Amino acid sequence: MTTTSETAAGLPDEESALWLARLRAGGGEREAAVAELHELLLRAARFELGRRRASLPHLRPSDHEDLACQSADDALLALLGKLDEFRGESRFTTWAYKFALLEAGVKVRRRAWQGREIPLAEEAWARLAGAARAERGAEESELFAAIREEIERSLGARQREVLVAVALNDVPIDVLAERLGSNRGALYKSLHDARRNLRAALARRGFDLDLDRKEER
Amino acid sequence: MSEPTEGKRSEEMLRGLLGPGVPELDCEECFAALDRYVELALAEREADELVPGMRAHLAGCPACAEEYRSLRDLLRADEG
Repeated sequence: MTTTSETAAGLPDEESALWLARLRAGGGEREAAVAELHELLLRAARFELGRRRASLPHLRPSDHEDLACQSADDALLALLGKLDEFRGESRFTTWAYKFALLEAGVKVRRRAWQGREIPLAEEAWARLAGAARAERGAEESELFAAIREEIERSLGARQREVLVAVALNDVPIDVLAERLGSNRGALYKSLHDARRNLRAALARRGFDLDLDRKEER
Repeated sequence: MSEPTEGKRSEEMLRGLLGPGVPELDCEECFAALDRYVELALAEREADELVPGMRAHLAGCPACAEEYRSLRDLLRADEG
């Protein structure tokens, strides 16, 4: 791709404007546009499911297709509810794709974790200890030990729960949100606060937390 | 896909634990700007200057980063 759809005034490009007009029209014209849009979303959902096939090895091809259709249906509903939020800052089709990719991605992650328990904190501590042992430098080893201490000492219960699950036990944030009856945005806020508090606590103890500088050494 | 992994690299683990450490978008803001950011990036325009905080968020949020890569690759596939 060599250009974006952004015009100087931030107005939709011609093709995007046509999509909007057809979706806002009545009768058969709108029905045809909705059907076309559903096909577009289905293609994006299939693309995402194709990429994630390895994470769902037990699913039959028909299950994949069902997931793709559900994703396209849910994306269409979400998108039509937010049509007025399209500002023409990208092509309409790019804007539409992201709804299908989100729905498909969330469904794949949840399906991959279906029937699996969220790992316990002990598993996270074992991974942290393994990382500390793998470090050759004394400073890095000390950093990992301090991280465990500060996770237990400096974080609130929800912050600790989210950080341990997402950053140490690799639980997808959507899966965790579903289990905790929350949503991605709220849990990411907890994760963000946990990281900020952890960084502050470690900095007070004199650790160098510039990871890019560490990597350059 | 974030699957449980053994022997995760310690540097990768540190980045997950400490996050980007700079101002970043939240997940809702990321979703709102993702289409524009991807088109700008593919057009080799100043995506990071025009959508500040996006790069940091994608570094800190594995789920949003997956959606970024998927949208980028889908648009590339469309371009053939």
